[in-house]
Amino acid sequence: MTTLTQESNRELISEREQHESVARFSYGFELHRRDFFKLLGGGMLVCACADPAMAQESGARHRDRDEEQLPQNISAWLHIAGDGKVTVYTGKVEVGQNIRTSLTQQVAEELRAPIESIQLIMGDTSLTPYDMGTFGSRTTPTMGPQLRNASAAARENLIDLAAQHWRADRSSLVAENGRITNTRSRQSVSYGELTKGQELVKLMNDDPALEAPTDWKIAGTSTPKIDGRAFVTGKHKYTSDISLPGMLYGKVVRPSAFRSTLKSLDVSAAEKMAGVIVVNDGNFVGVAAVDATTALKAAKAIRAEWSAPSQTSEATLFQDVRKPATTESDNPGGPPEFRSGSIEQGFSSADKTLKQTYTISYIQHVPLEPRAAVAEWRDGKLTVWTGTQRPFAVRDELAEAFRIPKDKVRVLMPDTGAAYGGKHTGEAAIEAARLAKAAGKPVKLVWTREEEFTWAYFRPAGVIDVKSGVRKDGTIVAWEFHNYNSGPAGLRSVYAIANQHIEFHPTDPPLRQGSYRGLAAPANHFAREVHMDELAELVSLEPFEFRMRNLADPRARAVLQAAAKTFGWGGQKNSPTRGFGIALGFEKGSYVATCAEVEIKDREVGVTRVAEAFECGAVVNPDGLRNQISGAIMMGLGGALFEAIHFDNGKILNPHLAEYRVPRFSDMPQIEVTILDRKDLAPAGAGETPIMALAPAISNAIFGATGMRPRSLPMVAEGLPGPKTAA
Amino acid sequence: MPATLLINGTEHKLDVPADTKLLYVLRDNLGLTGTKYGCGEGMCGACTVLLDGKPARSCQAPLSVVAGKKITTIEGLERNGKLHPVQEAFLKAEAFQCAYCTSGMIMAAVGLLSKNPQPTDEQIISTLEGNVCRCGTHPRIVEAVQQAASAKHV
Repeated sequence: MTTLTQESNRELISEREQHESVARFSYGFELHRRDFFKLLGGGMLVCACADPAMAQESGARHRDRDEEQLPQNISAWLHIAGDGKVTVYTGKVEVGQNIRTSLTQQVAEELRAPIESIQLIMGDTSLTPYDMGTFGSRTTPTMGPQLRNASAAARENLIDLAAQHWRADRSSLVAENGRITNTRSRQSVSYGELTKGQELVKLMNDDPALEAPTDWKIAGTSTPKIDGRAFVTGKHKYTSDISLPGMLYGKVVRPSAFRSTLKSLDVSAAEKMAGVIVVNDGNFVGVAAVDATTALKAAKAIRAEWSAPSQTSEATLFQDVRKPATTESDNPGGPPEFRSGSIEQGFSSADKTLKQTYTISYIQHVPLEPRAAVAEWRDGKLTVWTGTQRPFAVRDELAEAFRIPKDKVRVLMPDTGAAYGGKHTGEAAIEAARLAKAAGKPVKLVWTREEEFTWAYFRPAGVIDVKSGVRKDGTIVAWEFHNYNSGPAGLRSVYAIANQHIEFHPTDPPLRQGSYRGLAAPANHFAREVHMDELAELVSLEPFEFRMRNLADPRARAVLQAAAKTFGWGGQKNSPTRGFGIALGFEKGSYVATCAEVEIKDREVGVTRVAEAFECGAVVNPDGLRNQISGAIMMGLGGALFEAIHFDNGKILNPHLAEYRVPRFSDMPQIEVTILDRKDLAPAGAGETPIMALAPAISNAIFGATGMRPRSLPMVAEGLPGPKTAA
Repeated sequence: MPATLLINGTEHKLDVPADTKLLYVLRDNLGLTGTKYGCGEGMCGACTVLLDGKPARSCQAPLSVVAGKKITTIEGLERNGKLHPVQEAFLKAEAFQCAYCTSGMIMAAVGLLSKNPQPTDEQIISTLEGNVCRCGTHPRIVEAVQQAASAKHV
């Protein structure tokens, strides 16, 4: 049994555990079979010959373990050019969470260089140190200190250089604003003049002298988004905006259902189109053409017959996910389980018990920029620009798919149009590279919205059973919590309960599933915090008071009190048209409490007000954090109220924005964010936890107004049950 | 089909199929990639441009319909290195996260303010209802449009 208490401090292990397994497509390319070339305008059909890369097959299996060790020399992380420009290298990537800005601030802080002099190279597998990926709210707690250490070491190295240069006493030298100044002689030299662009060879100190957050001057301030101007002028190049000379536009021919195999293929009509290349390799069918419109027409002209096995449907989803997995879960560490005290004794000492079931639907991430990639083969080397949270993992996927060594693959990640946990994989990269290989030209592939809704992986659906026992005085004495399929993140309760049995049960998922902002923590928080309200009702205690009574953790108590205070909790009474709810969360080192007010009008639920308090240690960028928290609330409204993927027999039934409702302006509540800045604590990430307490707060507010307890996500896709009354 | 398009004050002569949508001409033929693909179904607003000053979904507009009209894209808002007040306000309010929706939001807001220079929050909300922001920066976007409205009339 692996317990959740066996938490490891080793970051790599920790990151692996944060990353729920994402089922990968197996493309199984043969690489040489049936590549049809229609030379531009020439009308000649040729068949591609066997691939020279086949000879290097062994390379793809080579696992470069050394690569995963973080480099200790400054130059791997940071370079100062002769003109003083600082280039910083990190494998983390920017998807709107604003880490390009927050990491730059931390470098500026420790290096003592102006923000404007610093440029981050992010997620380029040829230039940046290895990184497992940008997920699990890990950038702030791991990459932040890493870059602060490198910057502090560089700063000390620069002071050494200046001391040698001037033959001066080191203690009289001060680093500030990109320069070293001798406070005695008033001599001053810029960083660039000192390094002359040479590498700083000093190794980083394990325990460098870092600024305490209370002394931060640049970190801890609301530095505006780096390159903000490039975004409001449309000049920023997302992956889908990249164009290479001679580039073709790709389009994949998709099967009509999941798990399909290709039965027959007629490409004759597509082949006849000028400037079109058709590729079939195993179950992969795609085209590349001189422009996107032609590529679309060619793909439509292909006649493909697929056979698909009979597959499960949404109607039986919540029975299906209760079935135990038949294949071993590749979740590292095995299925998490936590026990404390004696659950049997807990229940026998309880005055009242409660048993409830909560369900969570499949949803999609819907990043506004769909998956996209531009792939180019040159001299046996593959270069791919793609929007992914895991450039190094995508590089490995490409090396494996094309059976070439990893060092023949370079993946670059331009700052991308969002991900929310949905872009861990390299489907578009592999597909673009396969087409480019056949075409002998660069190929750009941008998934359509329908493809993104269908062929990207989903946030897992699940069922959660909660059984609890409580004493008359409101002390929870037994807590049994079983999560089926939705996931183990955020499984543990933040409340002090003596007797617990908590367990995650993996299944063979009906749909391809993977990470989503917060992984399963929002689902587990939903079940837990709705159940808490139900227990409060059972013992006739006020929901805030009931939570406080079972809460020992001072940080959790502080956020709950702060949210209640901002919201004015208890100041207004529930009525049939207006309800108030509260919920609490803790995950990934940060704490959240959310109060929600709902308005019920003609069986429709509107969230009119949300007050959220959040604490993630020392805050690196307060305005950026506010933006994340407020954004998580807006995004969370969708999964809470109306987002759901509908499916039947291997087909997605609502793969368009017209059929899949996402939050829009009219859904916007009044949002009040309270940040508790704990400068005495190390900064924790904030991309995920702010979403976690919203759905239960809304459910509890709906109960307050109506007496009905929504126990399924989404809660009110069709409005509240019951007849609509005339307004 | 040979066509002449008037984009951001410049005439562009092109020869592309008449059913080609404006979005792909802008992005692929003319390199004006500030206008984004988000859904191709007119449901997200990422591709919003102005046609004769009115917001329109470029993914839904075939060349045959836009020829002869005055087309403005996000690249056409800046004047001599000076941002349009709406761009300035988005920057100041930091009304974005991934910013993929930003071009479409700004174009829709510019269209609104040219017709209604002092909109209420409700009018901004109903105008932008068709524009999706998945990062959830909606409150900041409304604030930015209000800031731009007041800045224009100072």
